[in-house]
Amino acid sequence: MTLLKRIAPQLIALVALIALVSIVFPGFLSVQFIDGRLVGPVIDVVKRGAPVALLAVGMTLVIATRGIDLSVGTIMAICGAVAAAALAGGWGMAPALAAGMLTGAAAGLWNGVLVTVIGIQPFVATLILMTMGRGIAQLITEGRILTFTDPGFAWFGSGTLLGLPVPAWLWLLTGAGVALLMRRTALGLLIESIGINRRASALAGVNATVLLIAVYMASGLCAALAGIVVTADIRGADANNAGLWLELDAILAVVIGGNSLLGGRFSIIASLIGAMIIQTIDTGILLAGFPSEYNLVIKAGLVLVILVLQSPRIAAEWRLWRDSHRVDREARLEGKAR
Amino acid sequence: MNTRALPLYATIAIFLIAYLLCWLQFPNILSTRVIGNLLTDNAYLGIVAVGMTLVILSGGIDLSVGSVIAFSGVFIAVMLRDTGLHPLVVFAILLAITTAFGAAMGFLIDRLAMPAFIVTLAGMFLARGAAYMLSIDSVPIQHPFFKTLQSAYYLMPGKGRLTLIGVLMILTVVAGMIIAHRTRFGLSVYALGGGEQTARLMGVRQGRTTMLVYGFSGLMAGLSGIVFSVYTGSGYSLATVGTELTAIAAVVIGGTLLSGGAGYMFGTLVGVLTMGLIQTYIVFDGSLSSWWTKIVIGILLLVFILLQKGLLKLSRTRLA
Repeated sequence: MTLLKRIAPQLIALVALIALVSIVFPGFLSVQFIDGRLVGPVIDVVKRGAPVALLAVGMTLVIATRGIDLSVGTIMAICGAVAAAALAGGWGMAPALAAGMLTGAAAGLWNGVLVTVIGIQPFVATLILMTMGRGIAQLITEGRILTFTDPGFAWFGSGTLLGLPVPAWLWLLTGAGVALLMRRTALGLLIESIGINRRASALAGVNATVLLIAVYMASGLCAALAGIVVTADIRGADANNAGLWLELDAILAVVIGGNSLLGGRFSIIASLIGAMIIQTIDTGILLAGFPSEYNLVIKAGLVLVILVLQSPRIAAEWRLWRDSHRVDREARLEGKAR
Repeated sequence: MNTRALPLYATIAIFLIAYLLCWLQFPNILSTRVIGNLLTDNAYLGIVAVGMTLVILSGGIDLSVGSVIAFSGVFIAVMLRDTGLHPLVVFAILLAITTAFGAAMGFLIDRLAMPAFIVTLAGMFLARGAAYMLSIDSVPIQHPFFKTLQSAYYLMPGKGRLTLIGVLMILTVVAGMIIAHRTRFGLSVYALGGGEQTARLMGVRQGRTTMLVYGFSGLMAGLSGIVFSVYTGSGYSLATVGTELTAIAAVVIGGTLLSGGAGYMFGTLVGVLTMGLIQTYIVFDGSLSSWWTKIVIGILLLVFILLQKGLLKLSRTRLA
């Protein structure tokens, strides 16, 4: 029940958005069952939203610790390039997957060590990999778009399992798994405590250093998975464009999910709904026949609205205004009673 | 010795050593032609980095500048194509728009008390989206006045061309040095970057200073957009993706503390030239690929951040 209350604003926003898109494009909600798989615009949204949704899972954890991970988009490119290079080198599917995921974990470890051991602000620490990352990815692909023809690997991008596209399963399972891990154990609570006050939680016996590194590694792993999905989908690693600007979409998804950028309480499910809201906007704009240029402007407007809603200063002023009104009204009531 | 100036000395030393190493391998790199090109090719980056330096000194960050440069180019190209206005009038309108845009972001950062990077992130989306809405295609600029601007240069001894935009960059850096180091506003910026609470207690008008800082960054981004449009002779909405990161990197390599409050405007110029030198070296070498630029810049960024961390720790232990 508390969960429903927590994600209510996001759910209402998503439903309203779907209703809006349905008005402009009536067939939006229609889903058909063709050749053993579901087909329809909604399924498309769930599939195409997979990279941002996967990134949002890791980003939620990082933001809950009062950090930020700007490097996820480039980690996607690097991991995609590593996996594609492994396939092109004849390694086979499983080793290629493992190589991609290991690269993501290593990238996360790098970020985590910079943040915790060396003590650089998260925003700066991850900026380093963001600047370097595409160069590294291009180094691996040698500046070309590295293509491969491994049907097993391509299945992760364009395959179908039990009617649903595989990328959709990936983010649903990752999201559910991480959310359960966070809430069925004390991990979620510990991460929140680090986000609210790292020093205090360290003094209380929370091993903040290890946890923070683990959180950045989780973000790296999520990015690696997203990179594998994108690479498998186009059957090639594009070092320049894979994951370009997706870090911003992921942050936006987390913020739409009502998670504060100032750390603390978080909800992975709300972030995932946020990711779906973003993808519905993207797809809706295309379906409605608007040019996709409107996308960025709408996203900018969205960020602005959320900023106003989250702003600590506006919230304080609103409370002041409400309280002063209450005092006025009580004074008036008292006056009447006399 | 002043520990604050140490990153600046390190920057200058690295630049000179790197230049020396390049010169040993390719003696021609010291010719005025190469130096002239170094200034011309990095003019837009240098100008936008001046604005970024001030923002970072104030303890903030401006992620919108790359998009604003692209918007400026498209705006100029579309206005010149569709209206009969003289380019100088268009420049004036554009600078007013970008300055107001920056000031509006500064206003929001101050009023909403939200992190600067998320507000300027929205600004980045907005400016890029506005550029897309004006035109998706690359728009050529054919106005004769642009030809005049492009062909305006001073022939240095050795046939090197000191172009108008190269000179403009130097002048901007000088203006930035005066603003940052010689005015009351500059002092407020340093105070704000050193600590908001103390700055307020000292009587710095925080809201006004924040607005002015981001307004200045917007102005510089607009100016950089003009320079970029002169440099490329066109306006393209997908241009200068990621320039904000390059500018931040140049500022940090220039020895400015990323958390604000300490740094020198001159260092930024050296930072920009160092990055230009890396690119020039890669062109001279011929066998190295351009992606090495990004990797080397990333490594330099890391080295300088670690250096700053070390210095900070050093000065703290000395205080304690």
